[in-house]
Amino acid sequence: MSGFILEMKHITKTFPGVKALDDVNLQVEQGSIHALIGENGAGKSTLMKVLSGVHPFGTYDGEIFYRDELCEFKSINESEEKGIVIIHQELALIPELSIAENIFLGNERAERGIINWNETILKTTELLKKVGLNINPQEKIKNIGVGQQQLVEIAKALSKDVELLILDEPTASLNEEDSANLLRLLKEFQGQGMTSILISHKLKELLSISDHITILRDGQTVSSMSMEKDEVTEAKIIKGMVGRDLANLYPERNAEIGDIYFEVKDWNAFHPLDTGRQILKDIHMNVRKGEVVGMAGLMGAGRTEFAMSVFGRSYGKKITGTVYKEGKEINVKTVDKAIDNGLAYVSENRKEYGLILMDSVRKNLTLANLNSITSKNLLDLHKEVKVAEDLRQKMNIKTPTIEQSTGNLSGGNQQKVVLGKWLNAEPEVLILDEPTRGIDVGAKFEIYKIINSLAESGKSIIVISSELPELLGICDRIYTINEGRITGEISAEEADQEKLMTYMTESGREEA
Amino acid sequence: MNTLKEAITNNVRRFGMIIALVGIALLFQILTGGALLTPLNITNIIMQNSYIIILAIGMMIVIITGEIDLSVGSVAAFVGAVAGVLLVTLDLPVYIGIILCLLLGAAIGAWQGFWVAYMNIPAFVVTLAGMLLFRGLTLVVLGGRTIAPFPGEFRTMSSAFLPDISAGELKLLTLLIGGAASLIYVIYELQQRRAANYYNFNTTPFALFVSKILIIILVINAFTFVLSQYQGLPVVSLILIALVLGYTFVMNKTVLGRHIYAVGGNANAAKLSGVRTKKMKFLAFVNMGFLAALAGLVFASRLNAATPQAGQLFELDAIAAAVIGGASFTGGVGTIFGAIIGALVMGVLNNGMSLMGIGTDWQQAIKGLVLLGAVAFDVLSKNK
Repeated sequence: MSGFILEMKHITKTFPGVKALDDVNLQVEQGSIHALIGENGAGKSTLMKVLSGVHPFGTYDGEIFYRDELCEFKSINESEEKGIVIIHQELALIPELSIAENIFLGNERAERGIINWNETILKTTELLKKVGLNINPQEKIKNIGVGQQQLVEIAKALSKDVELLILDEPTASLNEEDSANLLRLLKEFQGQGMTSILISHKLKELLSISDHITILRDGQTVSSMSMEKDEVTEAKIIKGMVGRDLANLYPERNAEIGDIYFEVKDWNAFHPLDTGRQILKDIHMNVRKGEVVGMAGLMGAGRTEFAMSVFGRSYGKKITGTVYKEGKEINVKTVDKAIDNGLAYVSENRKEYGLILMDSVRKNLTLANLNSITSKNLLDLHKEVKVAEDLRQKMNIKTPTIEQSTGNLSGGNQQKVVLGKWLNAEPEVLILDEPTRGIDVGAKFEIYKIINSLAESGKSIIVISSELPELLGICDRIYTINEGRITGEISAEEADQEKLMTYMTESGREEA
Repeated sequence: MNTLKEAITNNVRRFGMIIALVGIALLFQILTGGALLTPLNITNIIMQNSYIIILAIGMMIVIITGEIDLSVGSVAAFVGAVAGVLLVTLDLPVYIGIILCLLLGAAIGAWQGFWVAYMNIPAFVVTLAGMLLFRGLTLVVLGGRTIAPFPGEFRTMSSAFLPDISAGELKLLTLLIGGAASLIYVIYELQQRRAANYYNFNTTPFALFVSKILIIILVINAFTFVLSQYQGLPVVSLILIALVLGYTFVMNKTVLGRHIYAVGGNANAAKLSGVRTKKMKFLAFVNMGFLAALAGLVFASRLNAATPQAGQLFELDAIAAAVIGGASFTGGVGTIFGAIIGALVMGVLNNGMSLMGIGTDWQQAIKGLVLLGAVAFDVLSKNK
């Protein structure tokens, strides 16, 4: 026995166009709590999906040893049989079913297809006791809180005789009390011999609970530290997470920055379904003419929610606050008013919110400003072809013809179509949400060049990004946002990744 | 050569439908020993299916927005019943009665559109409720009885023909209309070509351009020639042509039409592009109600009676026509022209099988299989 319950060796996983994991090694000691940490998109979740069989054997390179035995999982069932259970960030519970039904879903206590409810309830009660939940097993999932749902997920894992429990951001949506409770529980299970892998962005809680920390960056293992032997600090982890070469990834910039052009004041918004939960709290921000302003924040910090709530109230309820353009208050209550007032919002999710995939490049490019192709109030298809061809050349969209469905283009070219669509709307303020997500380095560079030329022509630009080097490379000024508050505002010269990461992980109340 | 291939693959769905229609027509022409494509029978096919074609246009637009309307048969019956009361019982002037009925249809559409678009109730449920509601109201209005006969003027819209201006064997006015339509078409095509040249676009080779025009002219005039051998163009066919041209124009040449397609293609993206998605869905239902009313009037006029059983299963014929005509339940695709072809496929099937003496039992079964086959073909060819 090597003392390792799990060894993943030289794992490489490529998606079309992207190397998600590149020769990653991970060793987890029996009975330990192992933290896996890295920026968004560093490859943590992909690595866990390889381990659990979501990405089946054969779709990746490398070897997985579990209890010193070479494993080739072809599905999640096979890994679960061995006692490896993963709890995903988005909980996989069915709201309309009871706790007991959820826990034994797919694993029913049944004989010849007929469920033994008494046994199911009895077992559920035992499991719930183990995770410290004292509620009726027949309560529906939708009636219990998120913290309790998380515990039900763990109880479900326990029902499968779990030996290695993987938790992907288990405390992301929990309040402090529930988080503490969950971590206490993990410690308790550790005492009973269970091993866990914990993925989290919350450094403090990782430091307090884990025995080992492995840091991933850009799909590679950066370092692996033991809490006992190495002197692990938050600063050290942050450096490991973000340190990377910035040379020549970003084009030269020389836009002239003018006066404050666009300003948002006292912006508040609540969750659209759970209207008691405040998502955005008193946000103030502004952009100057010709300026590129970044918004940095971890997933769920409220960046996208902010952008969408400003852009025609496309997100949230009970929105309050005011928006100014050149010092005058403007109406952005509906999307078409926002567009009329010179706003454009390029969504982070281009397939769901940016493009009509079944429609042609031409139709997508003109959709946000059909007035640009009308003559005498009627669509002029010839004019449309002309406008679309011009945009295609200007944006360097690589497509056989403008009649191609956008669904057939590569991610980078799709993104250029979305950007082109908004350029055609002739906006003054562009909000770009993750403009380079999921596209390759070459296309990224082209998008940066487009952003720069827009700034040079006097537009005001807000860029939301999870990639800190990108923000540092293209922005003049960066706001950090955490838990719905602005926690910092730094000029690009003063900023570095450590500083940003510190502000981003800081609780909003202390710093605002 | 390559561009030709592209043109064919691009239009394969549209061509596919037309080929299917021609194939079915030829098949029945042979099976019935030439009874299908006689001047009399072609006139019959148009007149028998006029209300389904009207409904199919509205249904196509509703399906393009990603919704469905199950209530059109009941709405048509209800409007027909109200027309009976207005025109027969109350003896109102025909034109006032017709306008009131069309407004009633639009109001019914607004009622259903309100629930679907603004209250987010699934269209399936709203229009299923509408189906029961308006069928019930039809019975209430008619008191379970049939109202007949309608005034002669009212019957014009479904059963009359264009007046004759000559005494010859052929109906001259119909032939003249065919000639005029050909001329307008040629002018339109030339204008399009000139505009394309103005923008320096590649145009189709001149020979191809001319042969396309010649084929269309041939089809138009063959159609009017055949009809002129019987009674000439039915009045209802003018209504249909106006609807097809009008709606094709709106869907292709206006901002409204483009927005309707965008809503069905991806409502989220459309909304973030400034399209008022709810309003578009609402308008699609208002329009459906209006066309259902028109279909109800044509049907009542043809039957020369307002009956409680009118319009039964119309919704299914209309949906089938739209789907055979290339609509997709996920929304965003389909053309008005396709809806017409779909309705004609169903119409020719009905008519051909009736001519052959096949009972309604087998007719239903065969139509069911054709519907399934058409959609399966569509889905499978897309998955490739």
